[in-house]
Amino acid sequence: MKRLHWFIAAAAVVWLLSAFRAPRDPGFAYHEFGRLPLVFNGRLQPFDSFARNTLLQIRNKQSMRDSAEKRTLPATEWAVEVMMKPDVANARKAFRIDHPDLKGQLKLAMDADEKNGEDGKHYSWNQLLPSWQEVQEQAEKAPEDASKHSAYDRAVLKLRNAMGLYAMLQATLQPPRTTNFPAELAAYQASIPAGVTALRDRLSGRPFDTNAMINVLEYCQRYLPLSSMRAPLIIPPHHPELPRDQWMKVGDALFEPGISPRLLRQLMGEEDLSNADYRDLITQAGTGKLHPAVGQFASMTDAYQKGRVADFNQLVSRQLQDLGSTFGTEITKASREQVYNDFAPFMKSMVLYVVAFLFSAAFWFTFSDWTRRSASALIWIAFIVHSAALITRMWLEGRPPVTNLYSSAIFIGWGSVGLGLLLESIWKNAIGLATGSVLAFATLIVAHNLSLGGDTLEMMQAVLDTNFWLATHVVIVTLGYSATYFAGFLALLYVVLGVGTRALTQDMARGLTRMVYGILCFATLASFVGTVLGGIWADQSWGRFWGWDPKENGALIIVLWNALILHVRWGGMVKERGLHLLTIGGNIVTSWSWFGTNLLGIGLHSYGFMSAAFWWLIAFAATQLVIIAAGLIVPQASWISFRTHPPAPGTNSRVPSKSPTPQSA
Amino acid sequence: MVAHMLVRAFNFLASLRLTVALLAMSIVLVFFGTLGQVNLGLYEAQERYFKSWLVLWQPVSSLPIPVPLPAGYLLGTSLLVNLLAAHFKRFKFTWKKSGILLTHVGIILLLVGQLATDMFATESYLRLTEGQTRNYSEGQRETELAIVDVTDAGNDKVIVFPESRIQRGATLSHPNLPFRLGVKEYAANSDLRPRGPQSGGEPQAPAGIATRFTFSPEATTAAMNSRNVPFAIVDVEDPQGSTPPNRWVVSPYASDEALRISIERSFRRKLGPEMTSALVGTLARPQEFSFANRRFQIALRPTRYYTGHALELLSFKHDKYIGTDKPKDFRSRVRLHDPAVGRPREIDIYMNNPLRHAGLTYFQAGFDEMDPNARTTILQVVQNPSWLAPYFGCVVVGVGMTVQFLIHLVAFSVRKSRPAAPSVPAPAAA
Repeated sequence: MKRLHWFIAAAAVVWLLSAFRAPRDPGFAYHEFGRLPLVFNGRLQPFDSFARNTLLQIRNKQSMRDSAEKRTLPATEWAVEVMMKPDVANARKAFRIDHPDLKGQLKLAMDADEKNGEDGKHYSWNQLLPSWQEVQEQAEKAPEDASKHSAYDRAVLKLRNAMGLYAMLQATLQPPRTTNFPAELAAYQASIPAGVTALRDRLSGRPFDTNAMINVLEYCQRYLPLSSMRAPLIIPPHHPELPRDQWMKVGDALFEPGISPRLLRQLMGEEDLSNADYRDLITQAGTGKLHPAVGQFASMTDAYQKGRVADFNQLVSRQLQDLGSTFGTEITKASREQVYNDFAPFMKSMVLYVVAFLFSAAFWFTFSDWTRRSASALIWIAFIVHSAALITRMWLEGRPPVTNLYSSAIFIGWGSVGLGLLLESIWKNAIGLATGSVLAFATLIVAHNLSLGGDTLEMMQAVLDTNFWLATHVVIVTLGYSATYFAGFLALLYVVLGVGTRALTQDMARGLTRMVYGILCFATLASFVGTVLGGIWADQSWGRFWGWDPKENGALIIVLWNALILHVRWGGMVKERGLHLLTIGGNIVTSWSWFGTNLLGIGLHSYGFMSAAFWWLIAFAATQLVIIAAGLIVPQASWISFRTHPPAPGTNSRVPSKSPTPQSA
Repeated sequence: MVAHMLVRAFNFLASLRLTVALLAMSIVLVFFGTLGQVNLGLYEAQERYFKSWLVLWQPVSSLPIPVPLPAGYLLGTSLLVNLLAAHFKRFKFTWKKSGILLTHVGIILLLVGQLATDMFATESYLRLTEGQTRNYSEGQRETELAIVDVTDAGNDKVIVFPESRIQRGATLSHPNLPFRLGVKEYAANSDLRPRGPQSGGEPQAPAGIATRFTFSPEATTAAMNSRNVPFAIVDVEDPQGSTPPNRWVVSPYASDEALRISIERSFRRKLGPEMTSALVGTLARPQEFSFANRRFQIALRPTRYYTGHALELLSFKHDKYIGTDKPKDFRSRVRLHDPAVGRPREIDIYMNNPLRHAGLTYFQAGFDEMDPNARTTILQVVQNPSWLAPYFGCVVVGVGMTVQFLIHLVAFSVRKSRPAAPSVPAPAAA
């Protein structure tokens, strides 16, 4: 039994390492394709991330389960299919719709129906396409102000966004419904010189070749939607020295050698250019060559459509090699991010935290030290994974750890585990372990739900774009959240174990009280310093130290609440129980500041608006109030723990040390 | 007896129970003040909940049963008094409590600093298009009725009346003005619609913008992204009564460049370019009249803050993240002309890099988002003589809390390392 925790730790490490094997594709090299870099959402990322985030917004999942084929497609495979084999992809039920009214409006199957292959939740592009107009109209009706959206409005807007993303994906590499794009590209390239000559002749009043002109313009017209729509920039710059901003979408690359979209629109009578501008555009209309990557992707698509696995795989490898010689850093970055995606570190740590919590809870009831040691070992392993993932994210973004709501959740969990391990190193009673692991698990669940919104490594608005302040103000405020939650969860433990079980011994109660007090002091310090640093940042940015912005106010409430608890205790107005009950209130206050203020949809910090969270927030606050009420109503002498372990005579266990006279000064 | 009561009152003011009660009330106030912003907007909520002594809080918005709550000034002042009294009563310097003392000194600094900011700071905006030079900034919501004597070229004399004095039926006069102003009509928010030659009825005034537009009152707005645009009908009256009154319609729709541009954009779509330029031309033309052989202009304009120096916008740059509309960076290159400094100098103003000059701070606040060429910058101009107070306050509190925290930590680890102390009471805080 003495060495048992080593075996448990070793098992966890083996489990983690086994996840590092790169997946092997038996057929098409999807995994390799997923490593190809592109620019989307303003940042460089592997195709894999782009595909995952797209599917996440369409289906709430990072993979595509096909119940007919009884297999799960990775995001990249699904995306490749949408781009290259739309006939197959369009029949897959990729769109998740939950709102019954919306299903009714679009006349979709409401319930599962095995015979027709309907599950009542997922629908295919083919099923939705006839309702495209309807979805647009319904979306137009949604009020502009996001805080006034009903659940139905949100469902419609989500579907419109999902359909838009899907349409974008279909037209990422070539115009939809194209076969043999390589041959078409060759013909287009060949048509450019004669077409441009015809345009020049026409401009200078010479006789011109109408057919040549129309020929090239027809191609251009076909490609115009690709250049005007939002799409991932998958074509790299011509030269590696060119700045990042030179990445292009296929639509732009198609127009590079010949006629510009503006000139085309002028010829179509959609633009009102001056004669001089018109003349300039015609003079500039080049006779250059198409970017080779466009052809490369066209050949890949062709090979894929015709099922030539070896050709496709070879083309993907070649593309990676070609890029590797000139865009080495980009490829490295993209492939690291793909490894990070595949490994799913936060999921892994979540599992470890749960197991660790069970071990530490077992310790209070059995007092066998191996359970505590196992919990400790597992949490250390999870903490290392958690930290490594945090650092990887920072490296990918080039930013301090907290940049949005998602990363704040990750960081609050991380801070809690850190605090828990620190407490454990002092007390060795599994309390720090249990609290840290529960909080980490809960915040990682929150983070997972936030990640459904799309890319979590998004670029930041200009105002927030200052690493110094992100590293100080945001990190310290978030640590303040962490510490306040930690104290609150310790206090929860005190009440729940005390009222409902026999596990709260006198020693444990005393220990908990001291931990809560110490962590509260730290929480007050961190929230205060963090809040004030935010004030200084605001003063530097727009000359206003304090603007009563909802998020600022939320942080202020945390500071005031913690200060109130400390003063109440110093004044001897509450005893041990009161201290814990007030500290549980800190959970509500912190949740309000962290999430509630964003739900108002006003102010400078309303960057993460989501109202599904509203009900969770209310539910969480309600549970906290119930526990506070339970601790308040049940007299402490009747708590199960205190009936089992009555205070020894002479020790005043319920009164934490306090000076007899109030002396806050 | 009286002495006894005074002692009791003082003890109450210095008590920790009062501190706790005030902290609790502050939490309630900040919470309701935040919620209030949803309906009232940030500015109005701030005025009602934080920049006042009492606030009438309405628990149910449909029921007019207001509950009075202590507002920001009352709570701030009370906390200050409580803190000072407590220190006065119990002040005894020991190293063990030095951190707490420092913390409270810092909090006093913060409270006083915030009060001073509320009282003395002004915020205004400077809108500049590339090539433009200005020596004044403008208030965002305050307006003023300005009478400018333009008789001597190059030496304008300006007399202004704040908007708060403009009420229907009010009469405004000034010793340096040969006439009185009678306010016939006023609305805090308004709308305007164009008036063609065939529109029926009399125009609201015989000359100026009223010939082309009709103004009508609107409900006031509190939303963050919209603003109130007032209008007034004013008679220029001869105190002797020898000349008949001269009527004018005044409104920031005419005097505020940003508003004029937005009107121009919305009209251009509906009415076409020619009609629009005729209409907007009327709005832009100063409304001028003569009285007693002097020439005057009349306008209801955003309150102006003359700066004593001038800023010229050389260029404005706005970068977005590639393939998105997310702003990445925006910055203004300006030239500062200040006779007191000598040669003009050039400065870049961008996010987190303001220009501080002559007691004013210029921040990059925004730009004209409707302008496709993005050539117009918007700078926020702040004058706040007490801007350094929170910096000192924070440092003092931060140091104080850290010191106190370390004192406890050291004491704790010393006790922890002593083996023969099985049940140590929790660390005494204060």
